[in-house]
Amino acid sequence: MTTTTADATGRTLTYSRSTATAARVLRQLRHDPRTIALMLVIPCLMLLLLRYVFDGSPHTFDAIGASLLGIFPLITMFLVTSIATLRERTSGTLERLLAMPLGKADLIAGYALAFGGLAIVQSALATGLAVWFLGLDVTGSPWLLLLVALLDALLGTALGLFVSAFAASEFQAVQFMPAVIFPQLLLCGLFTPRPDMHPVLEAISDVLPMSYAVDGMNEVLRHTDMTTTFVRDALVVAGCALLVLGLGAATLRRRTA
Amino acid sequence: MMNNRRAHPPGPHAPAPGPAVHADRLTVLRGARRVLRDVRFTVPRGQITGLLGPSGCGKSTLMRAIVGTQAKVTGTLEVLGRPAGSAPLRSRIGYVTQAPSVYADLTIRQNLHYFAAILDPGRAAADRRDHDVTRAIADVDLTSHADSLAGNLSGGQRNRVSLAVALLGTPELLVLDEPTVGLDPVLRRDLWDLFHRLAADRGATLLVSSHVMDEAERCHRLLLMREGELLADDTPEALRTRTGAQTVEEAFLHLVDEATAQRTAGKETVR
Repeated sequence: MTTTTADATGRTLTYSRSTATAARVLRQLRHDPRTIALMLVIPCLMLLLLRYVFDGSPHTFDAIGASLLGIFPLITMFLVTSIATLRERTSGTLERLLAMPLGKADLIAGYALAFGGLAIVQSALATGLAVWFLGLDVTGSPWLLLLVALLDALLGTALGLFVSAFAASEFQAVQFMPAVIFPQLLLCGLFTPRPDMHPVLEAISDVLPMSYAVDGMNEVLRHTDMTTTFVRDALVVAGCALLVLGLGAATLRRRTA
Repeated sequence: MMNNRRAHPPGPHAPAPGPAVHADRLTVLRGARRVLRDVRFTVPRGQITGLLGPSGCGKSTLMRAIVGTQAKVTGTLEVLGRPAGSAPLRSRIGYVTQAPSVYADLTIRQNLHYFAAILDPGRAAADRRDHDVTRAIADVDLTSHADSLAGNLSGGQRNRVSLAVALLGTPELLVLDEPTVGLDPVLRRDLWDLFHRLAADRGATLLVSSHVMDEAERCHRLLLMREGELLADDTPEALRTRTGAQTVEEAFLHLVDEATAQRTAGKETVR
């Protein structure tokens, strides 16, 4: 009995360390309103731009717009997380935190919570704008679009956290964006359906998580209810996010040379 | 005396038995280089121990080993009765790195509140944290700046914020890496007064590194280091008497010459 209570207390304390970390990350961002504005406004502006680029072919806007709703949160969260964790590593605050009673999982959960929350706001704004004002024609529920966007944001956070371990400076961290994100962007089916690609590229695209993010968005676009393909896509993105978060946790070392 | 101590269980004011730090045959590798070689020393509880030596002699590495953030440590290193780096020690040690490790885009109070929430989490502890944070800011004399962003402070002020973080949670052992570097004489004196108060009133053990020898006189004990080796582990007074020197700086130079002479003599005998 006592052990269960102690365990429960221990877990609650772990949760409150994660929420304290999330609150801290958001508080840091609050002192930087320009970054928040950029994160929230740019996806909306891009969708607006896209809507009028495809003024003559609304179907193209539907397909690309829905895919972009999944890609924006991934890219933004990748950039924000990789820079934020790199700063945490170089400023010595990571060493200080790991010398304190903070679990690596607590820290990562804190980051995921903060940036996940921000991603919800970003995706809600972009999805709302696209569906209600720009006439994006979605057959399924916009809530499912939001769900995929959130999973993509988590995947972006996870990838950013992971690559920050291999970046020695902000310059390198920013260069990881084209290295990690652009190939996925080219192969995810945004530019041409994946089955039309060279078989080798199609096979590669089958193992890249962004392909499933875009597939999932397109499922919502075309079907009224949750299809099994959609469920598979969502699970693959979520699984990849968790896997990469685990890899990211392994790069946080308490003892360093 | 013994009965007395048994009647009052050792709290923060009555140092627990056993040394704060005990190292034996401690060696640290960085790459192929041995940054620390067979170091052996003891840091008694409730006192200020100065870790002195020129830049690059291994002071920071030794401190990181004690805190448990240094990789490739071999030999014995016991901290507060447990192996260095073990999990229960993490809330009992306060550590200040040479570069201030605080968030530049948070205010002093926000910085301290976050680290306090890591050390002492949960809503139930909120009042205790408030008290702790206010005290730590007052300790380092930054109350008037509490709501300034850490990034807008001077280097010396930011160092003191970093020190305040280490004071949270009343740690039994404080490991301070060059805490007074770059501070004006008045602030330096104030900080040393604070260190002595922490040892005398809160029963804390302090390990303070410096490459300025005149700070040595303010310590209860000294560890003198050079090129990864320990030259001496003694009180400042005993060091001066032993070497017949007027100051700790002279004593240090004397010991360096002695060690060099011994090494050359050793080489000649081997030949």
